[in-house]
Amino acid sequence: MSPQSETETARPALTPVAILAGFAVLLGFQLAGEIFVVATRLILPSFAFPGPVAGMLLLLVFLTVRKSLDSSTNAVASGLIGVLSLLFVPSAVGVIQYGGVLVDWGGPLLLAVVLSTLATLLVTVGTFLWIAKLTGKQSP
Amino acid sequence: MSGISTIWVYLNTSPLLWLAVTIAAFLAAHFVGRKLGGSPLANSVLIAGAIIIALLLVSGTPYATYFEGAQFVHFLLGPATVALAVPLFKNLDKVRPVLLPMAGALLAGSLTAIGSAVAIVAAFGAPADIIASIAPKSTSAPIAMELARSLGGVPSLAAVLVILTGITGAVIVTPLMNFLRIKDYAARGFAVGVASHGIGTARAFQVNDVAGAFAGIAMALNGALTSFLILIWSLVFA
Repeated sequence: MSPQSETETARPALTPVAILAGFAVLLGFQLAGEIFVVATRLILPSFAFPGPVAGMLLLLVFLTVRKSLDSSTNAVASGLIGVLSLLFVPSAVGVIQYGGVLVDWGGPLLLAVVLSTLATLLVTVGTFLWIAKLTGKQSP
Repeated sequence: MSGISTIWVYLNTSPLLWLAVTIAAFLAAHFVGRKLGGSPLANSVLIAGAIIIALLLVSGTPYATYFEGAQFVHFLLGPATVALAVPLFKNLDKVRPVLLPMAGALLAGSLTAIGSAVAIVAAFGAPADIIASIAPKSTSAPIAMELARSLGGVPSLAAVLVILTGITGAVIVTPLMNFLRIKDYAARGFAVGVASHGIGTARAFQVNDVAGAFAGIAMALNGALTSFLILIWSLVFA
């Protein structure tokens, strides 16, 4: 049995304008993140950092400073995260463009991806639990 | 027959058809996943991708035509990434006590992700551009493409490897962690976020909200750390 617990958070009905406002907050922070990355490149040309991740960190700082989360941002964010898998489908279909490389190097690449992902999962979870035990701070 | 081909010609010039197909294929994949009791093998990205690839091959549609429609879905990845700050904010009290385990796990996991993938393809005698393309495979697609380019790799190949890595992690994480009897959802989520970026994070949110939040943090931190490690690597070896 997989521990499948669908988290159904009760969401109050939002007006269309509230949904639009929540969306505007996310797009605004994405834009701020993109601007931050482009501006940093003026000084550090090799700076490779995705704008949306910078936007996420900016929104996190904003929420932490303000210590509150409005219901419209919460609702739109929860909605988007709920269908996060869907958003990767167009990129996944893009695999068909690279049949040639995958035929030539498919075996080693697939082996590397699978073994490396397995090793990364084991090392990461092992280190996390090991240090948590050492510092006596097991999360509940 | 000419009526049908007229309709087909019209549909193929409009982004509507492939946008609708993308969403319909995802709903079908989601339905299959539900029927299989949320089995990790029934990964919705994998199933939906396979359905659409089959349709494109059968209809002889080029990827560029498909993406005309699919780009509207693809675009939402940006705001969805920003949205990950919300569960992170809600779980901040759970993050603070485990900052040290997170830092250690991030460094060890990130080095393993880059090092093991590079070592395996290098052992097969892969050329430098293939090695450079697989090095950032555990980060999200835009950052991996950026890093592959700066290392002399192929950005589009990097994107393919990122997707494969994401699907692999999303499929194996739950059976692996259950087999190891690891019940700490913070540690489980953090691991899949480091190993398998956004697709792993999407899976983590399906299983547990805390796991999802930690996967989101791990994905962001690993993107930053991988950029930093690869930057140092390229400075030392280039």
